Amino acid sequence: MAAPKKGRRAPASQGHPGRTLLLVLIAMAGLIGGMFYSGTMTPRLGIDLAGGTSFTLAAQNQPGKPNAINETNMKTAAGIMERRVNGLGVSEAEVQTQGTDHIIVNIPKGTDAKQARQQVGTTAKLGFRPVLTTTAGTKTPEPKPNPSKGGANGKAPGDKAAGDPAKDKPGTEQKASSSQSPDAKPTTQGRAVTDALKKAPSAKPTPSAPAKPTTPAVPPTPGADIPPALQKQLNALDCASKQSRATAGEKAANSKPSDPIVACKDDGTQKYVLGPVGVEGTDVSDAKAVFDSQQGQGWIVQMDFTSNGGKKFADVTGKLAAKAPPQNQFGIVLDGAVVSAPSVSNAINGGNATISGGFTQQSAEDLGNMLSYGSLPLSFKIDDETTVTAALGGEQLHAGLIAGAIGLALVVIYLVAYYRGLALVALASLMVSAILTYTIMTLLGPTIGFALNLPAVCGAIVAIGITADSFIVYFERIRDEIRDGRTLRPAVERGWPRARRTILVSDFVSFLAAAVLFIVTVGKVKGFAFTLGLTTVLDVIVVFYFTKPLMTMLARRAFFADGHSWSGLDPKRLGAKPPLRRRRGAAPTQTKEA
Amino acid sequence: MSKLGNIGARLYRGEVGYDFIGKRKIWYGISILITITAIVGLAVRGLNMGIEFSGGAVFTAKTSASASQAQHYAESAAGGHQAVVQKLGGGSVRIQISGMDTKQALPVQEELAKDLKIPVKDVNTQLVGPSWGEEIANKAWLGLGIFMVLVVLYLAIAFEWRMALAALIALIHDLTITVGVYALVGFEVTPGTVIGLLTILGYSLYDTVVVFDSLKEASKDLTKQNRFTYSEVANRSINSTLVRSINTTVVALLPVAGLLFVGGGVLGAGMLNDISLALFVGLAAGAYSSIFIATPLVADLKSREPQMKALAQRVKAKRAAAAAKEASQEDTEDPGPAPADAEDGAAVVGPRHQPASRNRGRGRPSGKRR
Repeated sequence: MAAPKKGRRAPASQGHPGRTLLLVLIAMAGLIGGMFYSGTMTPRLGIDLAGGTSFTLAAQNQPGKPNAINETNMKTAAGIMERRVNGLGVSEAEVQTQGTDHIIVNIPKGTDAKQARQQVGTTAKLGFRPVLTTTAGTKTPEPKPNPSKGGANGKAPGDKAAGDPAKDKPGTEQKASSSQSPDAKPTTQGRAVTDALKKAPSAKPTPSAPAKPTTPAVPPTPGADIPPALQKQLNALDCASKQSRATAGEKAANSKPSDPIVACKDDGTQKYVLGPVGVEGTDVSDAKAVFDSQQGQGWIVQMDFTSNGGKKFADVTGKLAAKAPPQNQFGIVLDGAVVSAPSVSNAINGGNATISGGFTQQSAEDLGNMLSYGSLPLSFKIDDETTVTAALGGEQLHAGLIAGAIGLALVVIYLVAYYRGLALVALASLMVSAILTYTIMTLLGPTIGFALNLPAVCGAIVAIGITADSFIVYFERIRDEIRDGRTLRPAVERGWPRARRTILVSDFVSFLAAAVLFIVTVGKVKGFAFTLGLTTVLDVIVVFYFTKPLMTMLARRAFFADGHSWSGLDPKRLGAKPPLRRRRGAAPTQTKEA
Repeated sequence: MSKLGNIGARLYRGEVGYDFIGKRKIWYGISILITITAIVGLAVRGLNMGIEFSGGAVFTAKTSASASQAQHYAESAAGGHQAVVQKLGGGSVRIQISGMDTKQALPVQEELAKDLKIPVKDVNTQLVGPSWGEEIANKAWLGLGIFMVLVVLYLAIAFEWRMALAALIALIHDLTITVGVYALVGFEVTPGTVIGLLTILGYSLYDTVVVFDSLKEASKDLTKQNRFTYSEVANRSINSTLVRSINTTVVALLPVAGLLFVGGGVLGAGMLNDISLALFVGLAAGAYSSIFIATPLVADLKSREPQMKALAQRVKAKRAAAAAKEASQEDTEDPGPAPADAEDGAAVVGPRHQPASRNRGRGRPSGKRR
């Protein structure tokens, strides 16, 4: 059974070792050429080696949407995050999904981690909810003086409301005010909003008649059919401190879209009872800040809806427009906090709308960003955030390289001591393997976004052992054959099929481990598994197409074939039987056993 | 080296060798003892889980502040959370605060930076949510499960189910020992450890598979002869691959040692250290188990087969006969546990050949043996 195999194999492997070697060299040259061509000479470094910040975000299950975590939603979320992070002006930020429910965001050094974290981590879920009632943000509402600034702010949108319909696009009749005025103190801002909101509704029938601002809606408008439980929640809600707002926001963010919620204004000046989500954030297809010079409205935010979202929005605004203040407002709720609560005067058809009033460029752009990118289909929590300074990154890279060098040196010393001349073959193979690994890693950077991180370096170092082991298996086989009394050339050929099988079987197991790890795990483990898998595959390629042909060629050299004492194949040292017994006829008989 | 080569040759021919199979009970006993120790250690001491598993923050920064100063700052900044300060090489301190939410960590970072008088951006930070480590661990378990099923299937197809079973037992044995060492010594368990542990999977089996491969080859036509029992062939397989096993282990351990040296010595704590530590322990256990546990287990299982039982009896009968014959002739050649030596005698006729010359006796006009 083995004999025919041998017949099949011999011409293939023994026939043209030079050609196979040449092939490998050409492949290597090609890879190196590719490296030059693409202009990337070093592998892309991961955050832990180059410095930067890396976030691992986990999608969270939400009540009412048990199957929300799926591939489509994850991809959408990753895409949104990417746009958002790159919107920060970060170059080369990368966002990728991993596994079923994780997103990894890597931001290279030189970026403010805090800002990035806010962009990535906090903005998650956006929805438009009708306002049922509103009151000042503190626990015990107290009347406040009407600051002049707030008044001014409040007036502006009202005035705009007058001029708007004529000027704006047909569909954008929506007048609203926003509280975005960075230099205003929270309280004044709150006033401003309320004023504006009050104004806008009164302007509803005839937009040109702004009502005089009154004191904010404290206490909450009676008559609204607010369930007592919600009313109680509203009274208990404290929007005064950052901490309590965060808690409230979390609670609100985690409630079902179909349930009414109580929520704080993001600056804590107002609190709201909001109805079920009327339009999802995902229904906004685009939103941008525009400077309206013609109408003198200053910065406004234009929103475009998807066709479905446009219908829903028209429906919702139609209903809202018919109501009395403050119930003609809708709250734009982001992560459980009300970002803006514009009021509606008419049903807004046509799939787009404008929000105007008191924006600065910054605040308009922020809101635009949130509206267009804030519509993540899922909510996320930060599982891991790692910031590595460039200094430490360099240090770690350095340490990894030193470790690799030490490991390699030790292996080389051992191999030379044990295998002598044969070690040359092993070293050449290791080198080819190293070059292949390096070039492929480098080329994988631009193509699939592979980044070399510390675990990957670790995997590569561990792989030295696996690669060297393949040579050991083969060398031991050859030596065994020589011990059986063969000369080198037949020993090299005869040892190969058996060594090959062992190498394949063991490499397969190793590859299996790497593949399973790569598919199942997240984050750092993945980088490690990838390197391990890559090097295992390369190991097989190198042994098959480099080591074996090289061995075949070297076997023809006198130094090895005659068993020079430094060749590592000296029959005497190996304890081979004296050549006397090496009868020609013996070989075929024994092939059967192989 | 020449001596080593010689030993290699003699091991290969079976002239020298350690009776791994015969003494398996001792090694089983040792392994069981180690495993029990590991399990007890795990149960009593538990694992020292890193902050990745409990949630918390690690800050690393270069600073001129002394460890005690840093400790003071850390405690005041941590506000009730436990802070551990460690001085690293190169004038850095590593401050680890456990049980902290990712959201709470940010102000702490700022405060620390202020206390240590360094810019915030020069502080290396790792913030971990409390469920992150668990998630990594869960995924690792999942991977482990899938891998084990696949590998058992593969080995069962490529070899046979007994080998698959033995390999699996050896694998579990390695993992238990490694985890046990972690529990007993109190090394911190981090995602790096998990990575190391998972790598052991591949490596431990890698070793085992090579021995099995040689065993499979050696035992191919075993039932057609009646000179050696399965156990003897298995023992020779171990011995003949012993040099390779040792070489492989050494070559695998050397780079890991390099990692460990650099990870522990140069960088202080960190991922390199964690991975290499787990690897080091696991590799050693893996080399041990493939030789002392996996193959003897296969031999044990295999010997229960009726065919192999019959073979063992035939071998016994034949040896008894041969012994009687030789005894009646004149002197020696110890029949019992040294079949290899006996075989060497026969080999004078033709070249000796591995493995275990199963069927050589048949095709040859020798007649000397009978």
